[in-house]
Amino acid sequence: MSSPEQRDEVEMLSLMLLIRRFEERASQQYQAQKIGGFCHLYIGQEAVVIGAIAATRPDDYLITAYRDHAHALARGTSADACMAELYGKVTGCSRGLGGSMHYFDKANHMYGGHAIVGAHVPLAAGMAFAAKYRGEDRVTLCFFGDGAINQGSFHEALNLAGLYKLPVIFICENNLFAMGTSVERSTSLKQIVDRAEGYDIAGYVADGMNFRDVRDKLAEVVDGIRKDPHPAFVEIRTYRYRGHSMSDPASYRTKDQLEKFRMDDPITRLRAQLTREGKLTNEQFDAMDKGAKDTALASVKFAEQSEEPPLEDLYKYTYANGEST
Amino acid sequence: MREITYRQALNEALAEELERDQNVFLMGEEVAQYNGAYKVSQGLLDRFGSMRIIDTPISENGFAGMGVGAAMVGLRPIIEFMTFSFSLVAFDQVVNNAPNMLTMSGGQFNIPITFRGPNGPAHQLGATHSHATECLYANFPGLKICTPATPRDAKGLLKTAIRDNNPVLVLESELLYSSKGMVEPLEHDLLIPLGQAELKREGSDVTIICYAQTVPLALAAAETLEGEEISAEVLDLRSIKPLDLQAILASVSKTHRVVVAEQDRPYCGIGAEICFRIQKEIFDELDAPIARVSQEDVPMPYNERLEQAVLPSAEKIIAAVKKVCYA
Ligand SMILES: Cc1ncc(C[n+]2csc(CCOP(=O)(O)OP(=O)(O)O)c2C)c(N)n1
Ligand SMILES: [Mg+2]
Repeated sequence: MSSPEQRDEVEMLSLMLLIRRFEERASQQYQAQKIGGFCHLYIGQEAVVIGAIAATRPDDYLITAYRDHAHALARGTSADACMAELYGKVTGCSRGLGGSMHYFDKANHMYGGHAIVGAHVPLAAGMAFAAKYRGEDRVTLCFFGDGAINQGSFHEALNLAGLYKLPVIFICENNLFAMGTSVERSTSLKQIVDRAEGYDIAGYVADGMNFRDVRDKLAEVVDGIRKDPHPAFVEIRTYRYRGHSMSDPASYRTKDQLEKFRMDDPITRLRAQLTREGKLTNEQFDAMDKGAKDTALASVKFAEQSEEPPLEDLYKYTYANGEST
Repeated sequence: MREITYRQALNEALAEELERDQNVFLMGEEVAQYNGAYKVSQGLLDRFGSMRIIDTPISENGFAGMGVGAAMVGLRPIIEFMTFSFSLVAFDQVVNNAPNMLTMSGGQFNIPITFRGPNGPAHQLGATHSHATECLYANFPGLKICTPATPRDAKGLLKTAIRDNNPVLVLESELLYSSKGMVEPLEHDLLIPLGQAELKREGSDVTIICYAQTVPLALAAAETLEGEEISAEVLDLRSIKPLDLQAILASVSKTHRVVVAEQDRPYCGIGAEICFRIQKEIFDELDAPIARVSQEDVPMPYNERLEQAVLPSAEKIIAAVKKVCYA
């Protein structure tokens, strides 16, 4: 078991770069109509999931909503498998059957990719229940947006987790908007974190543009949960640089707001911190960035050369073991 | 008549009914400031204000229930689901509260509410976002369901739905929002009754029964079939419930062969009910077993080729027609 301090920050920075470069590529390929359906980009929010990854173990359960590319990459799903999924290829992380919103990777404990807002929050409680049931010290990380906190399923899950003292961390990625609706226009509370209080769950706030803040807050929370199972709630304040999905011009927000967050970019910040502390040279950073770009580009090639899922398999995954009805 | 889009037709229907009746209001996600996720409510906030065009949080069960409650005390809510796939989060309100109230209260509370939004698969949205819900809702007595396929039907049916004193689901189609068609001028109060099918094309060899997204497919199939000397009649149900049985029986009695093209899944789908009714009423009129074209009975795959394999298509309708015509 590696303690958070041992997770190399340079490695975490390189994962953040990979996420960004991968999504820039995905965006380009989407515009070239190589990718179908909906596609939601995470660019700007990288420090949230990477901060969480840095504070947890690879065998902790992770589940998220539809803005999920980063969560899979953070968990170790290859860029190839992620890009191939966008292309709907059989080599994709969900065999081309899920698409952008439904990434899954069992081997890496990535339990999806869920596109109905709020619907996966009870699943996280169930996964945490299973861990507790089996006496494991695993933690479940449940990511969702600010828009999800007004769904009944969210409230029911929080109460259940509080009631049964389940080892789950509810991580609200507050990027200030749910589609075109700002948090002030969707939520009766001034602070999202205050939701937790109603369920007697401890609430924390972290700065999602700051990797170290996210990691350190989560590390503290995780430590407590491993010793004694209980739920926690962390509101992480962040921002998505792009529109809600590829078709959203995001005209509901100001350029100034976007610029303010861009000035506070999580990758730039961690790089500066590491450089200042003598842990990273410009050459190293450039090499890492080139590596990320190369990986993203190679993933496009991989996706393009991969096969489609076979037509004969249409009914293969409707029931377990390919049963038919 | 003038040519407008299906989206524009719905927008006009909403605006006209909001104008006509102060008790009508529109509520849903992104309907006001964003002008609708699919721009159906464009301009309505500016025109009718924020008391009547209401943005909600992502709380389908909550706001659908608010609609039912408001209807109990005299308002006439229009509840927009961003898509009917999300109406499943509000299923209890739509199927348990809205249609049961009148019976449970011994006739005291009818619920004049309209639930509307796009329904059915769009393009590569995957399993959670592609539901064709008509067969689910059709199983609940007390609900009415219409499925407009053209701008004219969209406008006329939505206006009728809003004025109906029962819960009515207007199941629109994302794939049709930008399609165009002729509609009566603005000053004409266009009302199309629920439960009236329409012949979209006359023919003599076979009846293709369709609705919503399968209407353009059936028309395309009929066009191709004409080149092969098969004359197909295209009957657009327009309403799933009430069902225009008379129109179905009349057409089948003329052609004696039937293909039902439905956008839902085959198991307990709309076509199953229609086949039952036809054989029950006019078994002797049939010259061949009825064929059905529907989705495959699987959760929707994201991959485009597989999705195409799952969905009904003009080609599948043509093949089914040839089968029932022994051609
Ligand atoms: C039940 C349900 N209702 C509506 C939608 C449509 N929808 C998809 S994402 C979204 C906004 C969610 O915002 P948030 O939770 O803040 O996540 P973010 O997009 O900011 O990551 C909406 C309304 C949906 N997918 N599911
Ligand atoms: Mg958000």
